[in-house]
Amino acid sequence: MSELTKLTIAAARDGLRKGELSAVELTEACLSQIEAADALNAFVHKTPEIALEQARAADARRRAEAPALNGIPLGIKDLFCTKGVPSQAASRILEGFRPEYESTVTSQLFDAGAVMLGKLNMDEFAMGSSNETSCYGNAVNPWRRGNDATALTPGGSSGGSAAAVAADLCLGATGTDTGGSIRQPAAFTGIVGIKPTYGRVSRWGIVAFASSLDQAGPMTKDVRDAAILLGAMAGHDPKDSTSADIPVPDFEAALSGDIRGKVIGIPKEYRMEGMPAEIEKLWSEGAAMLRDAGAEVRDITLPHTKYALPAYYVIAPAEASSNLARYDGVRFGHRAKLAQGDGITEMYEKTRAEGFGHEVQRRVMVGTYVLSAGFYDAYYNRARKVRTLIKRDFEQVFDAGIDAILTPATPSAAFGLGEMASADPIQMYLNDVFTVTVNLAGLPGISVPAGVDGKGLPLGLQLIGRPWAEGDLLNTAYALERAAGFVAKPARWW
Amino acid sequence: MSIDESTARRVAKLARIKVEEAQLPALAQEFSAILGFIEQLNEVDVEGVEPMTSVTPMRLKRRDDVVTDGNQQAAVLANAPDAREGFFAVPKVVE
Repeated sequence: MSELTKLTIAAARDGLRKGELSAVELTEACLSQIEAADALNAFVHKTPEIALEQARAADARRRAEAPALNGIPLGIKDLFCTKGVPSQAASRILEGFRPEYESTVTSQLFDAGAVMLGKLNMDEFAMGSSNETSCYGNAVNPWRRGNDATALTPGGSSGGSAAAVAADLCLGATGTDTGGSIRQPAAFTGIVGIKPTYGRVSRWGIVAFASSLDQAGPMTKDVRDAAILLGAMAGHDPKDSTSADIPVPDFEAALSGDIRGKVIGIPKEYRMEGMPAEIEKLWSEGAAMLRDAGAEVRDITLPHTKYALPAYYVIAPAEASSNLARYDGVRFGHRAKLAQGDGITEMYEKTRAEGFGHEVQRRVMVGTYVLSAGFYDAYYNRARKVRTLIKRDFEQVFDAGIDAILTPATPSAAFGLGEMASADPIQMYLNDVFTVTVNLAGLPGISVPAGVDGKGLPLGLQLIGRPWAEGDLLNTAYALERAAGFVAKPARWW
Repeated sequence: MSIDESTARRVAKLARIKVEEAQLPALAQEFSAILGFIEQLNEVDVEGVEPMTSVTPMRLKRRDDVVTDGNQQAAVLANAPDAREGFFAVPKVVE
């Protein structure tokens, strides 16, 4: 049975179309893998009844008319609102919340015939890089350092999605990415994750963190699956005023693997001091692979790179402090028990103190501070100006003929759960150093597994594309994937 | 820039998050570390640079100003911690 769950979306789709397997069979196989994988703590709300009902409906559809994802079992990040199913962004403050509506992304996936296996673990409100801020406890990486049983982080915030896909509990998963939350966990678990251009995928019904940076995207076993799943998630939505009203091309059809004549930029600012030699090596190997495939590799400069993280840690908390103001104990979720004489202010303050975890409280307060009278110009407006400059850096290299930019996805391989506990918050923030620029500039970025480190842990490379050119980006990623030939899988211990 | 306890207290109040007095020194220290990191932005020459408002150059779409939704009182109240007679109920607001 477990062989079925190892299938890619493309292979399962073809098998289903030929009648070689049924959606119910495939779904049952996933459900039994999920049942056996509680040690990974990836699925935090399991929905077997919904899954089997959707699978039966998929099997009942005439094969000739089957939509793109007919019968494909997926995991859904807990950040997506799913009608009648707990959707709590891994926060205590949304305990018991069952949306009365379906997010645009999940409703498009269901319209395409997909099967929902359950909701996936994540950092609380997507704030974190290790899945350690979740109210459900840590998700655990299926990968280990050789025979060392130390539990490693699957990355964050989409840690549950990454662990579930890497451990073959599902065929693919949804993630969201505000500063690297799809690409960093994908790199830590040896899978593919793409953050599309800002506006490509509707944000409607996704619990908001930082609205000008948040984008949803797929997390999958290979690049082809990312193309298929992104195609189903993307598209204009009148309910999200920032969603772009432009056609969604056939991303899968763009995968020719031919990148001859493409120009790949290597930004010198991403060569960080103290970067592990293995990552440096992987990066130059990746560049060589693209060169061998016929691309031209060119050194470029993105001079404001260094300021991306500090700008992000003004803009993201500022937007979060505003977005999270809605959690007040009035309309949904948790409300604190009040003492005699407590009024509405005490209700707000106690509810938010009990409902928000430490990292969320910290970011809401930092955001409140940078937006407060007297500091707005010094912090928030300055950060937005720096953001303009970061985007301009990218525009200039694209104008100079660069088609895609190659960088490492993360500054290290997956680290141990708890290893960063004593570090100051900045150390954790540094995980996003290579990915956060892409959110600030609104660009598409993809993480592709490209090798393993000395301890056998996966390492990823990131490709950054021009706005709206996901098809081209996926094709370059496809060429890199083929050249890298990454096939390692975690040895099963769970 | 270093954040003192009274600033931390004020920020917690503005954010409507109850923070115990004993926690304020640690919180102030965390804020100071994060703001210290953010201060790097002061090195950047932003003279004449427009603050970004929209990352993709896109005109906001317009739509007709008509009612497209409604009559969903039960759905709107379904998740409320305390709903009574068709309203959200909260502690007394006005003395």
